[in-house]
Amino acid sequence: MKIESTFLLGVGLFFGCVALIYWFLSYEDGGSMMLLGTCLLGLLPGSFYFYWHRRFHGYRFFFWGKLDRVVGDRPEDRDDATIADGAGIVNTFPGSSIWPFVLGTGAFMSLLALVFGVWLVLPGLGLILTALIGVTAESRRGGHV
Amino acid sequence: MTDVISPPIAGGGIATPLTSTATEAGGAGEHGPTGLLKWLTTTDHKVIGISYMVTAVVLFYIAGLLALGIRVQLTTPAGTFVTFQQYNELFTMHGSIMMYLFAGPFAFGGLANYVVPLQIGAPDMAFPRLNALSYWLFAGGSITMLLGFFVSGGAANFGWVAYAPLSTSTFTPGAGGDLWIMALVLTGFSAIFTGVNLVATIFYLRAPGMTMFRMPIFTWNMLVTGILILIAFPVLTAALVMLFADRHFGTHIYQVLGCHTVTGAPAPNACGSPVLWQNLFWFFGHPEVYILALPYFGMATTIFPTFSKRPVFGYKGMVFATMAIAALSTGVWAHHMFTTGVVLLPFFSLLSLLIAVPTGIKFFNWIGTMWRGQLVFKTPMLFAIGFLFAFLMGGVTGVMLASPPIDFFTHDTYFVVAHFHQVLFGTAVFAGFGGLYFWYPKMFGRMLNDKLGKWHFWLTFVGFWVTYLPQYVLGLRGMPRRVAHYPADLGWQSWNIASTIGAFLIAAGFFVLLVNLWISWRDPVLAGNNPWDAQTLEWFTTSPPPHHNYTHLPPIRSERPTWDYDHPDALTLRHGHSQVPPPPGNGSGPSGDGADRGPGGGTGGGTGGRAFVR
Amino acid sequence: MDPSTSRRPGGGVLRNRRISRRWAALGAVAAGLLLAGCNLPTFGAYRGATTQGQDAFKLWQGFFIAGIVVFAVVFFLILWAILRYRKRSDAIPPQTQYHTLVEIVYTVVPILIVLTLFGFTFVTENEVDAVTSKQVTVNVTAFQWGWQFQYPKYHVRVLGIETQDPTMVMPVGETVRIYLRSADVVHGFYVPAFNFSRYALPGVTNQFNLHATTTGTFRGQCTQYCGLYHSLMFFQVKVVSPSAFTTWVHRQGNSVTPTGSITSAKHQIATSGTGSI
Repeated sequence: MKIESTFLLGVGLFFGCVALIYWFLSYEDGGSMMLLGTCLLGLLPGSFYFYWHRRFHGYRFFFWGKLDRVVGDRPEDRDDATIADGAGIVNTFPGSSIWPFVLGTGAFMSLLALVFGVWLVLPGLGLILTALIGVTAESRRGGHV
Repeated sequence: MTDVISPPIAGGGIATPLTSTATEAGGAGEHGPTGLLKWLTTTDHKVIGISYMVTAVVLFYIAGLLALGIRVQLTTPAGTFVTFQQYNELFTMHGSIMMYLFAGPFAFGGLANYVVPLQIGAPDMAFPRLNALSYWLFAGGSITMLLGFFVSGGAANFGWVAYAPLSTSTFTPGAGGDLWIMALVLTGFSAIFTGVNLVATIFYLRAPGMTMFRMPIFTWNMLVTGILILIAFPVLTAALVMLFADRHFGTHIYQVLGCHTVTGAPAPNACGSPVLWQNLFWFFGHPEVYILALPYFGMATTIFPTFSKRPVFGYKGMVFATMAIAALSTGVWAHHMFTTGVVLLPFFSLLSLLIAVPTGIKFFNWIGTMWRGQLVFKTPMLFAIGFLFAFLMGGVTGVMLASPPIDFFTHDTYFVVAHFHQVLFGTAVFAGFGGLYFWYPKMFGRMLNDKLGKWHFWLTFVGFWVTYLPQYVLGLRGMPRRVAHYPADLGWQSWNIASTIGAFLIAAGFFVLLVNLWISWRDPVLAGNNPWDAQTLEWFTTSPPPHHNYTHLPPIRSERPTWDYDHPDALTLRHGHSQVPPPPGNGSGPSGDGADRGPGGGTGGGTGGRAFVR
Repeated sequence: MDPSTSRRPGGGVLRNRRISRRWAALGAVAAGLLLAGCNLPTFGAYRGATTQGQDAFKLWQGFFIAGIVVFAVVFFLILWAILRYRKRSDAIPPQTQYHTLVEIVYTVVPILIVLTLFGFTFVTENEVDAVTSKQVTVNVTAFQWGWQFQYPKYHVRVLGIETQDPTMVMPVGETVRIYLRSADVVHGFYVPAFNFSRYALPGVTNQFNLHATTTGTFRGQCTQYCGLYHSLMFFQVKVVSPSAFTTWVHRQGNSVTPTGSITSAKHQIATSGTGSI
């Protein structure tokens, strides 16, 4: 977690500096805003990862508040981890699902509606709604429809 | 399923069977639906990756044909092959398809999708259904783009950069432009989803021991590309939505018509700003150039060590160089706007020039990787070396263009056309098709013919120089880009004819690729797990890999676990000049090394290692 | 950059030294050429018919030489690696991954090169972009697909569409200030022989100086893609002596209507079929 958080915080810090320099050199709104956005894009997830990194190492909130249990680094963050250290469930992967296709087709039709006519929105939004319901149900039930 | 035989002895040097499980919500991938429905419902990163690549390569051939149309038109000063209108559609669609639908999706939707989970020992991408959605959005976007040719008024014809106000409905009405916008909205979301997926996969699904600084450079580059996608593509999508509003909802975000008079009376505040479009577009556009380049750098960085039998030279320098390129590339967007007269020249010039430094580091690291190696010139290696030469030329001319006074007289001329084609052709075609030749055995379990591959390479390589070197000359003599006709009395015709001949040589090369693919399909030569003696983790599993990729994993003690496993006596030397490999355990990294990959176990696993997974 | 980067792991010390000396010799030749200044080849570019263009041209020469040197060094390193380290045996080559000194050198040297190039760029850029004094003012308006050149002081207007090549006349040896605008979409005002181009942006007035040093007629063209007949959007720049300029201006002044919109002028051209008005 540590390198991940450093990486993202670095993105935030770098673009924060660039945004400041650029703003004071140019007073140009568009570019400065986009650089600021980029800065936040690094800072927000970076802080999230840093928070969890500190939690793993026994701190409740970044540097403050001790937790009872120190989890330590994940196996993928440890140089000496063996494959066996990663035993357990990695993640839950859907085996197959029709809903991405339905959702994609719905989005495709809805956007084409803006070019060819509003009538395409009806089937498009219908497909999107069906897919959203379907994908949620699939996740809750744990089985594909 | 693959037939798994348990390892004879447990312990050092032996691949450990995976005890972790990837549980499935839903029907099992291999026992679920079949046929077309299987493809439509797949969430397997390998199938999605291959679908992406096939789609992208088909689009590459289409855009290549459009380029041939452009070149045929330019063989004579007043070409009559196509009309002005058709010519403008040709170069717009050529650029749009190559930039948005081939080069990017081929790399981060296709190859990265396929290779990254394998390289880090993950069973799949972090969000498989999102991954499938990415593909379907991309497919929809591609269809939308191509639909432009079939609507009245023709396809978009405002150039792939769609400079406002030319791209507003006042100057370019018609469905073609709208379809172009919608195509990019769809592929933009597809790219954003893939970016999220890549970053999450790399952060959360690495195998134990695969620390960040043991990830192969390809994976590192894809991580950085993922971040760049998240920086760049939302800006493009927002800019496109505003452009659509300008075209149809009467907003004045970019358009200025009616706001000012020709004599230059001051514009009222209600006016839009055409420069805003350029700022937004290039804030996307320049990172996009590196979104197109970094994955291909990664491919080259995988190919060089394999065919030199060496580790990546300066691994950490390579990682930091990648980061530096990405960071700088987000602060240089206005070097595409030097001639607008309204941007901060020194800031953008300095940052643009500085990109040459990390790129140079990469170059020297690639050379350092080959240095003192045992180079074997298989097709992927030839393509990677072709990439080096092409990118060297494109890079040097890129440094020239980073200087505003030089950019002033080369901007929007064929000099720029030659420059960015050398860069993008160098990456997306040379490194990209090198990557295709390299990973094809892993994807399909069969080889591509090496002799035909070399024909492909040499035709493309010669054609490449014949096509683009004359364009530098044309640009310096003052030929602007995107012209359908040019004056006959300036001596430009012979250079243009040379360029056209080169383009047809390239086309011949890509015809050879088709033949090669056909042969590998009809008359397969089986590849085995690791035909190249490659080094990264994906070559440890079967070709093609089983569902969820691995049944066993080797100990991961460096960025090239497969090499460590296959060559226990040739470990990476962090420093030093000794010809004699140090005793194992001393070579790479921290303690615990010797226990996992001891000298005794190494001999057991070294030759028989492939026997575990059939 | 040259001597140090050639000292890579693997090459013998003796050979390295010989290579370094060769690079040093090459560097000296390059430096000598640089001092020779204008006698250098043009490397494909125009020498520049304005002072601004000549400044840009000199920068171009410098960049080109630097480019050749860097290109050559890297090119021969690649070539050397390919030829020298072809597979000769089945032995596993040394697995060295880092060489700190070499890495530092090839990081620092490019930084120095780049900073030098930036220094020259910065100076030239200020010279090219300077808008200090002026003797003649021309309002240039680009439109789909043609040019209008307006001399406010003399009430003269030249306008032409597509291949009619409207001519902008300017005096030699005097500083001409151009105010560049666009009537519709983005265009590019580009005169190859002046080594200069600038966007004509709607809603923005760009200004720059041209100080011609030689007389003659130079072709100009729109560089920024601007729609259907972008390919045909030509114009001419005719640099004449100041007295000839005065004569021309006064002769034009009597025959041309100085006012009227571009739309009506385009209509007039279309209906009357005449050339420049």
